[in-house]
Amino acid sequence: MKNEQFNDRNISNDYFKVDIADYPTTDWGKFKCALDRTFKLELLVGLWVVLREMFKFNTHTVKYPEEKMPIGPRYRAVHEMKRLWESDTERCIGCGLCEKICISNCIRIDTKIDENSRKEVSEYSINLGRCIFCGYCAEVCPELAIVHGGEYENASDQREHFVMYEDMLTPLDKMKAGTQSEFEGFGAITPHEEERVKKTPLAY
Amino acid sequence: METAYLIETVIKIVVILLVFSALAGIGTYFERKVLAFMQRRLGPMNVGPYGMLQFGADAIKLFTKEDIIPTNVVSPIFKIAPVITVSTAFIAAAAIPFLPSFTLFGYEVHPIIADINIGILYILGVMGIGLYGPLLGGMASANKFSLLSAARSAVVFISYEVVAGLSILAPIMLVGSLSLIDFNNYQIENGWIILSQPVAFLMFWIAAFAETGRTPFHLIANDHEIIDGFGTEYSGMRWGLFYIGEYANMFFISFVISLLFLGGFGDGSVIGAFLFLGKVAFFFFCFLWARAAWPDVRPDQLMWLCWKVLMPIAVINIIITGVVIMEG
Repeated sequence: MKNEQFNDRNISNDYFKVDIADYPTTDWGKFKCALDRTFKLELLVGLWVVLREMFKFNTHTVKYPEEKMPIGPRYRAVHEMKRLWESDTERCIGCGLCEKICISNCIRIDTKIDENSRKEVSEYSINLGRCIFCGYCAEVCPELAIVHGGEYENASDQREHFVMYEDMLTPLDKMKAGTQSEFEGFGAITPHEEERVKKTPLAY
Repeated sequence: METAYLIETVIKIVVILLVFSALAGIGTYFERKVLAFMQRRLGPMNVGPYGMLQFGADAIKLFTKEDIIPTNVVSPIFKIAPVITVSTAFIAAAAIPFLPSFTLFGYEVHPIIADINIGILYILGVMGIGLYGPLLGGMASANKFSLLSAARSAVVFISYEVVAGLSILAPIMLVGSLSLIDFNNYQIENGWIILSQPVAFLMFWIAAFAETGRTPFHLIANDHEIIDGFGTEYSGMRWGLFYIGEYANMFFISFVISLLFLGGFGDGSVIGAFLFLGKVAFFFFCFLWARAAWPDVRPDQLMWLCWKVLMPIAVINIIITGVVIMEG
């Protein structure tokens, strides 16, 4: 799915102002208005419109559990943790910026030094009951690690519905199949970025 | 003879009760479907094929729901009000011939419970009593929205009754009888009354919308203004009785309009009977059609319409009819 159809906000250029006359104030004007409404058969126009729509049978119902509307690539639903394309390792470096910026304090991150003396995420949870899906965490993430996914069908038996690091992380088999999808919303690289970016000259 | 007549009448009553109670349920299905298609939706789709068993699900829900009598309501009146609505609707049906008379196993059946000589007067009168249901239910409910609805039902009542009565007077003068059978027979010979009395037809039709409380005049139980009005405090089968009464009324008034103005069942042939049912279906459809297309009027607008516009026209119509009859 491309972004273009979502970026185009101009539905039509044919907007025009409807010419509506003021309500009549004089008795004669009111009488004429009532006569007009009775004998110009304006009421039948309404009847005709709904009858036409009935026979056209052009319903716009989405039978939701069976059919779903496509959602935009910038849609902000439950978070996902991405992996690096090169090495399939986690992108998250444990910087804790997402926890810091989270305005509803729903992210909790804990890190430790692992056996290779690298920083490793030991605990990571998001309280979806508190999360307002503002997208700040995805925007602030320097590694494009935490992003928003498209999973909007959530149910929980309690208000504090946590999502853990392992649940958000792209599964390894999906990674091996090369089907990890990149997020195009907040914090993502804008399209054609590589043409516009100026590389740092080595001569400095 | 006497026993046979009694048995026949009881069977007819039971058949009409069952058929029209079921039709009220099926009517809700048709209403939801027609409204949905007109508003580019699908309507009920999940219970049964194309949602056709939806009214069964609704009936089960209504029958098994707890019958709540809230605190502070006037309990006996609160309990009796839905019964008034539904019973008057069915009592009024006693004078309506639903089909031409036919022969079943060598026995001639007249599908009318009582061919009384004041048929249309009786029907309008008993249907008028039906508004006591919303009125009493609303006043007994101890709820301000219900009270508003009760006041509105009084407003509707004093508005449409005069129009219904006066508009029908001119056809009655033509026919010279109040029995619906006589109306039907008159139209076999003299053509449909709608051709000679189009103004009376339109006015009676408008009054029928007010009588049944359908959309242009749906102000007794306006969902978006007074949250279903008299029905606010009702639940379960008592609310369901209001519903059955409303839909049975819609069917019966459709029968009455077809009989009065559109030739009824004609000369009693099978085609005439089916045409009759077709006319009834058309008028029932019009109730749903208008609901999809038109907005509601305010109570004062309804009173303005009935008293200041329709009543003078009805009186003029009667005078002209009288002059024409006198001349001819």
